[in-house]
Parts: sequence; C-alpha cells; structure tokens
Amino acid sequence: MSEVPDSCMYTKDHEWLRLEDDGSVTIGVTDHAQEALGELVFVETPEAGAAFGVGDACAVVESVKAASDIYCPVAGEVTEANAALVDKPELVNSSPYDDGWVFRLRPENAKAIDELMDAEAYNRFLAELED
Amino acid sequence: MQMGKQTDFFERHLAAGARIVDFGGWDMPLHYGSQLDEHHAVRNGAGVFDVSHMTVVDVAGADSRNWLRRLLANDVGRLSSPGKGLYSCMLNPAGGVIDDLIVYRRRGSGYRVIVNAATRDTDLEWMQATAADFDVAINERSDLAMLAVQGPAAREKVAPLLPEGLGKEALQLGTFESLDHDDVFVARTGYTGEDGWEILLEPAAARKLWDALIAAGVQPCGLGARDTLRLEAGLNLYGQDMDTQTSPLVSNLGWTVCWEPGDRDFIGRKALEEQREKELSHRLVGLVLEDRGVIRTGQRVVTDAGDGRVTSGGFSPTLECSIALARVPADAGEHCEVEIRSNLKPARVVRPPFVKQGQRQV
Repeated sequence: MSEVPDSCMYTKDHEWLRLEDDGSVTIGVTDHAQEALGELVFVETPEAGAAFGVGDACAVVESVKAASDIYCPVAGEVTEANAALVDKPELVNSSPYDDGWVFRLRPENAKAIDELMDAEAYNRFLAELED
Repeated sequence: MQMGKQTDFFERHLAAGARIVDFGGWDMPLHYGSQLDEHHAVRNGAGVFDVSHMTVVDVAGADSRNWLRRLLANDVGRLSSPGKGLYSCMLNPAGGVIDDLIVYRRRGSGYRVIVNAATRDTDLEWMQATAADFDVAINERSDLAMLAVQGPAAREKVAPLLPEGLGKEALQLGTFESLDHDDVFVARTGYTGEDGWEILLEPAAARKLWDALIAAGVQPCGLGARDTLRLEAGLNLYGQDMDTQTSPLVSNLGWTVCWEPGDRDFIGRKALEEQREKELSHRLVGLVLEDRGVIRTGQRVVTDAGDGRVTSGGFSPTLECSIALARVPADAGEHCEVEIRSNLKPARVVRPPFVKQGQRQV
C-alpha cells in the first residue's frame, strides 16, 4: 500500500498539494506515482514567477524508464522550486511528501484546492485503479 | 496477474522482491528494488542475471560448419579450436539483420548458438529453411537454464560455486572461450561491458548455483540494469538499434562481417557488397547529452547533414548524464541536437562504447 497522508489533497494525475500557513501550496507527486515511475534521474522544475493555468504542463520528472509531465493542479504563480532536486532527483522516490516536493505556487483562488480529492477519496481512487 | 512464460528462477525472483514485466512473452524481473544499485553492482562488483529466456540452439551433423558459414555474416571458420566463440549477425538476403547471436564451437563437429528470446520463432524458422540442403540437426535446448554473472568480481565469486569443481578450468578461459562438460557450459561472454561468465546448466543445478550466488552476496539484476549496462557498453539491442530493415554496416557492426575469404557466400553478402560500394547513407553513433534531461528512444536528432533518430536512449548511471545510440546521416559532424519534448538540446557525437570495464571512454 502506498502512503497517502491526511494533510494533503490529491489529483487524478497522482499529484499532491499541501496548503501552507502563508497561503501558498506545495506540490509534488504521490508515493503511488513515484513507485510507478521508478527511480528518478532528472527533474525539471518551473521558474519562480511563472504563471500556470489548471492542467498546464509545468514540470517534468524523468525516471530510468520514462518521462512524465506534472500538470498544474490549480492556477497560480510559482513562488519557489525545490532546488535540491537538481542534484538529488531521487528525493522524490525516498521522500515524496517532504524532501521530494517539486514546487510552490501562490494560487489564484485558494478555494480551488477544496475541489480536489482528500486522502480518503484518493485512497478510493487508487483502489479502483487496482481493480 | 502475470500470464507469460516463466523461467526456472521465477519463484526466486518473486522471493527477491522482483518487479516482473513481460519481455518477449516471458515474465522477467525488471529490477529487484533499485535498477541503479544493480547497475553499479555490475560495474563495481558482481551481479547475476537470469537470461534463461534466451534461445539456445545446438547444431550437430557433418555439415554444421558449412551451414553456419553460409548462415552467418561472421565466419565460424575463424574458430580455430573447440570452445571458441564469436558474435555474429544472421542476415536476410537483403542484408537486413534477422538477429544477432553468439556461436560457440564445440567438440567434434557441433556448435552452440545463442539467440534472442523475442526473435526465437523467426530465427528457428529461418535456420530450418536454410538448413534444408545441409546435413545438420538443429536442436533447441529449452531444457537448459542460463545465468549471466557479470562484473569485475564475478569470476572469482562464481568459480568456487561451479558444479563438478569446474572453477579452476573456467578461470583459464579467455574472452569468448567456453568450456563444455556434460550439462555444464561456461563461456567468458556477456552483454554488459564487464568481465564475467554466461553459464548454462540443467535447472536443478542452476537453481542451486543461483542460491549460492545470492548467499555469496552477488546482486540479482533485472532487465532494467541489463539495458543501461549494454547501452553504456555500446552494445546494440536487437529490434531497437538494428532489425531486418538495417544492415550491420549502418548499425556499427561492420566489424562483425567477415569478408575474407571472398568466396564465402554467406546470406546477405551480395547486398552488403552493393551497400559497401556506394557511400553508406547513415551510421550508428553514440550521443552524449551536454545538457540536463534524458534522451529517449525514437527522438529526432538534428545534425548539420540532416535529421537522424535515436535508436536507444537513456540515463547512464556510470556517467551520470544521458547517452544514446542514434542512426544519423553518415556525414554528420561532431555536434548535434536532440529534440527532447519539443526542446532542442545539444549533444556530442561519439564512438561507442561509453564505458568499458568500469572506465569512462567518452
């Protein structure tokens, strides 16, 4: 079973979002996603200041197997990317919800996050995928 | 649920935590947790691969040598004594590659040929068809299991564990030499760019050897590591880097075509001679990405002499950058660009191998 923390919200593209105290959201890929991708060897993160709409391809994770886009789960402006992933893309594998975060975003509309799946809904979604 | 054919080691793969994938109709281990760790184990120590899915064909009969000299672009006439082996392509009349293989000369008039798993059916059909006028018997040895133990420490780790005390004799083998005792066959070959052995055994002895190797600390390795190791070693993968539409001459395998003696009429010779007389339009080269990112199979290569195509791309764990094999126009210069996800990224054109016996070559 993959890890699905209660503190995050989730998308069908297997991304997680966490609302921070300053109103920004931190975004990464889920434990399920990193397991399916395999060992990561390269992560391309967005530049701070870049603006993305919902569903825009905004980052790329490349594993030993294949490349995969990260789609922006809520519209907003990037405030920060995880610089540690430049030299250690494997952090996404070893710590998908903490050290392996990918970027932070200031959302246009904070309420948009509430429309995503919570941990319970994402767990159900994963269970359906396995059927 | 997995539905493919399984080798004699399948339960052991599962027990070792393998992630199983389909490969040419076989359920094979992709990795046992970390493909990167497995890769490094082979470059720095020793790793064991289950390659029992590969097809082993024994050739017997008075015409074995004559038939193989007709069938293969390399010349088994060069195998000056029993035990010696060589790498060759098996061509169609148009000079396209039906498969690549290793052939070993055995005692008496026999040979042992090891071909790819995915091409088994077409290979056997082609062999049977071409053998019609020769006194040869072609016998597939699906009863044998096969392990490849590779890495700088591989031979010393395996030698004491070989059945029948064959270790001492096996340690005397030179590159591409084999020993052959009843149902134990050991060859100093492999497809990783490292020293090591490929070992054929009957299943019970093979499982015993596997268990002993794991107990001795040899890393089990899956197809993922096998692919990055062979790519770093500049070794072609059949179906990607060459196939029936490409000749050895445009696949960086010209060295495996034995032109002398000129009257050896191997299948595909005429077509290759015609190609050789004209200027070759393309060649298979190595690429080293000079930017961050990963080159993937099928991507477009932009050169000063026109476009080419990546035939095998990936991440090199040893060089810690992306490398590839690519078929490019013959006149392409030293620098090119690879179109990675709509971006043109600079790459250097090099001569494979990228890594040889653990050392960077490019």
